[in-house]
Amino acid sequence: MKMLINVPETVVADALRGMASAFPDLAVDVENRVIVRRDAPVAGQVALVSGGGSGHEPLHGGFVGPGMLSAACPGEVFTSPVPDQMARAAAAVDSGAGVLFIVKNYTGDVLNFDMAAELAEDEGIQVAKVLVNDDVAVTDSLYTAGRRGTGATLFVEKIAGAAAAEGQPLERVEAVGRQVNENSRSFGVALSACTTPAKGSPTFDLPPGELELGIGIHGEPGRERRAMMTSGEIADFAVNAVLEDMPPHNPVLVLVNGMGATPLLELYGFNAEVQRVLAERGVSVARILVGNYVTSLDMAGASVTLCQVDEELLRLWDAPVKTPALRWGM
Amino acid sequence: MLDADFFRRWMAVTAASVDREAERLTALDSPIGDADHGSNLQRGFKAVVAALEKDAPATPGAVLTLAGRQLISTVGGASGPLYGTLLRGTGKALGDAAEVSEAQFAEALRAGVDKVMALGGAAPGDKTMIDALVPAVDALGDGFGAARTAAEQGAEATIPLQARKGRASYLGERSIGHQDPGATSSALLVAGLAEAAGE
Repeated sequence: MKMLINVPETVVADALRGMASAFPDLAVDVENRVIVRRDAPVAGQVALVSGGGSGHEPLHGGFVGPGMLSAACPGEVFTSPVPDQMARAAAAVDSGAGVLFIVKNYTGDVLNFDMAAELAEDEGIQVAKVLVNDDVAVTDSLYTAGRRGTGATLFVEKIAGAAAAEGQPLERVEAVGRQVNENSRSFGVALSACTTPAKGSPTFDLPPGELELGIGIHGEPGRERRAMMTSGEIADFAVNAVLEDMPPHNPVLVLVNGMGATPLLELYGFNAEVQRVLAERGVSVARILVGNYVTSLDMAGASVTLCQVDEELLRLWDAPVKTPALRWGM
Repeated sequence: MLDADFFRRWMAVTAASVDREAERLTALDSPIGDADHGSNLQRGFKAVVAALEKDAPATPGAVLTLAGRQLISTVGGASGPLYGTLLRGTGKALGDAAEVSEAQFAEALRAGVDKVMALGGAAPGDKTMIDALVPAVDALGDGFGAARTAAEQGAEATIPLQARKGRASYLGERSIGHQDPGATSSALLVAGLAEAAGE
């Protein structure tokens, strides 16, 4: 597989150097792998720190800035960052109002953020955590690692970030983050596997004419494989999977998210089908976001995330944000 | 008796075997994981060897505690905290004795494995590193060679299991039929004991 890289070993560091020059509002520590908004710490505001394996860009580094994350910690490709990174980030962004860790529910991320919280608390920093676990494709039971964190991460980071920017206290920002996660569900499909730089070949074999339903964001295969479906059929399947798990009573935010290699032309068309299904099911739509936000390297495919919002959450969603990948109102 | 040199050798031979087997570990991690187990452990054990050369800790406990801290700070993923906790927990249980008996080490390793189970929540049969480590600890009383055999058999015995922890668990029944990469690397770590002892 051809890739636009130098060598696999420097992929993450190279990307961080490129982000540093492209986004002067970010302070990028390439050696320690921490991306911080340049004006941090911001007096009187709770700071939001997230992170995870690289390969999901623009998540998380592209969401650092006013109204969203205070810092992001990128790990190796598809590998959670180490505790030292998050502890360093927390120390850099804490204004004294405390730090909220936003953690996608994967064993590695949970363990490393837990260890980081201990390190930060040893330094006198108040830390709270929100776990994101929105993926309905995974059976949630005591006997599995639980549901994965996927597209809802964007909603949690944006809405909790808006609450923090208003000066709301840590327990309130944490509660908003949890509420957003509890109100969100996602379902993803892959038309092709992805290729990690270290391996150089696709992580699983998906023959032409087939698609994988219920995928995560790490190139891991999904729950089920079927003969290729049309955009409309995929929208029916994905939206219904989400609605079965969460019959909405409130209007929803919709994220139609590309996995990395699906052209926007296809994503826009897919969104039209998603909106058709939502209309057929009588779901009221408050806002729609279409694009590549929570990706899986060069995987082709898409995910649908719905987040039920009341007036307060919708107000926080609409609040100004200024990050490399998401910006409006400022 | 086992001294600090023995445990330094253990880490060095494990680093070398992880290097040799990195591609195999990554290949095992492809169908049921995310194809990076080999490269992540390579990075970690390389850092362990470098730190042990730089700091030259004097006791078995200090060697393993430093090694565990290095893994936590360099590996990431689930493997970093889990392997780091295994070595750190074992090191702490060894205390500050200059030499330890094989029986003392076996007891300390069991304490380390218990800490890993508490942290990761995995039990035997969940298709994880525990499936190699628990049989190895149980066999340590019969020597390092017996522990190596038990760990290798434990790793192979993960093939028919359905994963209940870690990223492979997302696959449900489709995780059946693949050997667990974490159990495989744990068997390498246990094999390193026999190699360091010259068995």
